[in-house]
Amino acid sequence: MMTGRQPEIPRFSAQAGPGSQRGWHGRHAALLTVACAAVAALVLAACSSSSTSAPSGGSSGSGKVSGTVVVFAATSLTDAFNQIGAGFEKAHPGVTVKFNYNGSSSLATSINQGAPADVFASAAPANMKTVTDAGNAVGTPQIFARNTGEIMVEKGNPKKITSVKDLANPAIKVAVCAPEVPCGAVATAIFKNAGVTVKPVSEETNVGGVVTKVTLGEVDAGIVYVTDVEANGSKTAGVPIPADQNDITEYPIAQVKDAPNASAAKAFISYVLGPDGQKVLASFGFMPPG
Amino acid sequence: MDDQKQPFNPLLALLAALAALFFVFPLIGLVTGAPWGRMTDVITNKSALDALGLSIIASLSSTVIALAFGFPLAWLLARGTFRGKGLVRGLVTLPMVLPPVVGGIALLLAYGRRGFIGEPLDKATGISLPFTLAGVIVAESFVAMPFFVITVESGLRSMNRRLEDASRSLGASRMMTFRRVTLPLIWPSLAAGTVLTWARALGEFGATITFAGNLPGRTQTMPLAIYISQSSGRTDEAIALSLVLVVVSLVVMIFRRRIAGGD
Repeated sequence: MMTGRQPEIPRFSAQAGPGSQRGWHGRHAALLTVACAAVAALVLAACSSSSTSAPSGGSSGSGKVSGTVVVFAATSLTDAFNQIGAGFEKAHPGVTVKFNYNGSSSLATSINQGAPADVFASAAPANMKTVTDAGNAVGTPQIFARNTGEIMVEKGNPKKITSVKDLANPAIKVAVCAPEVPCGAVATAIFKNAGVTVKPVSEETNVGGVVTKVTLGEVDAGIVYVTDVEANGSKTAGVPIPADQNDITEYPIAQVKDAPNASAAKAFISYVLGPDGQKVLASFGFMPPG
Repeated sequence: MDDQKQPFNPLLALLAALAALFFVFPLIGLVTGAPWGRMTDVITNKSALDALGLSIIASLSSTVIALAFGFPLAWLLARGTFRGKGLVRGLVTLPMVLPPVVGGIALLLAYGRRGFIGEPLDKATGISLPFTLAGVIVAESFVAMPFFVITVESGLRSMNRRLEDASRSLGASRMMTFRRVTLPLIWPSLAAGTVLTWARALGEFGATITFAGNLPGRTQTMPLAIYISQSSGRTDEAIALSLVLVVVSLVVMIFRRRIAGGD
């Protein structure tokens, strides 16, 4: 009844033991299973980081732009840039814009490691600086927008949070961005300005992580940008932070040095800085460059 | 053609060598790219030690959980006769093929503070799993336990059950038979399942950062610390921490050969 089964288990032992009357084939099949399972484990463990975009087939000449332009942009720009991208494609038929949204620090690292980006739009000068310092940007980055912090709370503000000071209460669960990410730097500055020590339960790798955790109700509050509160609509609520406690971050944009599609990169940057781009950014709550 | 003896096949050897090199080259990259001069500084840094400690505690805990709960499950899947067994097996092994971040979101919706189990649990006991070490262990168990269950289940299926019958007919109790006959027979798959589960838990990233968040000293395990340092441009630190993880895993893989045997 049970004899003669082909072993299908990932056995480590090929030594003789009860029930190990297996042939050459069995042993190797077993080894193969182990190998497959091990590979599966490694692959699954490694498949979590974001991927970069495929290289674009752009033109290099001046004048009419074409091909694909790859824009690496801070997570907080997602909604505004999606709309700007659609407008840009309409204004330049034949051009496709591809976005890679992530925390600015993560994007800066990818660019310095040679990711095929055309444009980098950072949520803070510090992260742009790591790219310019490495010689990976063309010219001087230009500020195209400003943003400021706001407390995002659950819909209806069940914990009755009214100020930054409330976040210091240990009973209030707070999520912020990691200090390396611009929204984390903003949060650190806000807590310092308000003179409070806040112990967050999580340091997210981009502002989207904070928004998700507040939206799902996993935390009571998070420090995000005013634009995130606006974009998230009625799913969450916002508690404004007074100007004397708040922090303002500037968004610089630059062409990446080895941009595969330099002409389209230039066109995209001037579109963002121009009236059309600025109008979209304002509609999402961004402040114009000071 | 003679199927019994494998003659030297240059194409086969070439492809096999390429496959082996494919795995070896990245390791060489890690070793040559490591900041050897600052290695001790980076590794003995408090946040690195915290992350390593958390990783070890969490991965061992989820392995113990896999042994305690996964073994009975593997047993029933191998020996039980009940309706929907195939469905149960499929559901249990699903986390092996799901992107871990999907697992993390699913965990939040079930055991999160507003999850359909997490919310009543929080209301009744004040226990909330996300952003705690327990949350890390839950995330790692979710992703890693399936490796234990399927490995042990197939071990149980392929063993020679006549030996158990013989043991029973010779008067041994069920417990005695289990301890003296069944366990030694499935020992290799138990060991394999345990090591795979532990290794998978140690490397867990997506479900952990989604469900348990990222807080240094609390829920930031090694993979999270490595990700944060690489995405913040601290490449040296990321490489050094990666090497630590490689060494720890390698030591265990060698140790596993000692206990389970092998060629």
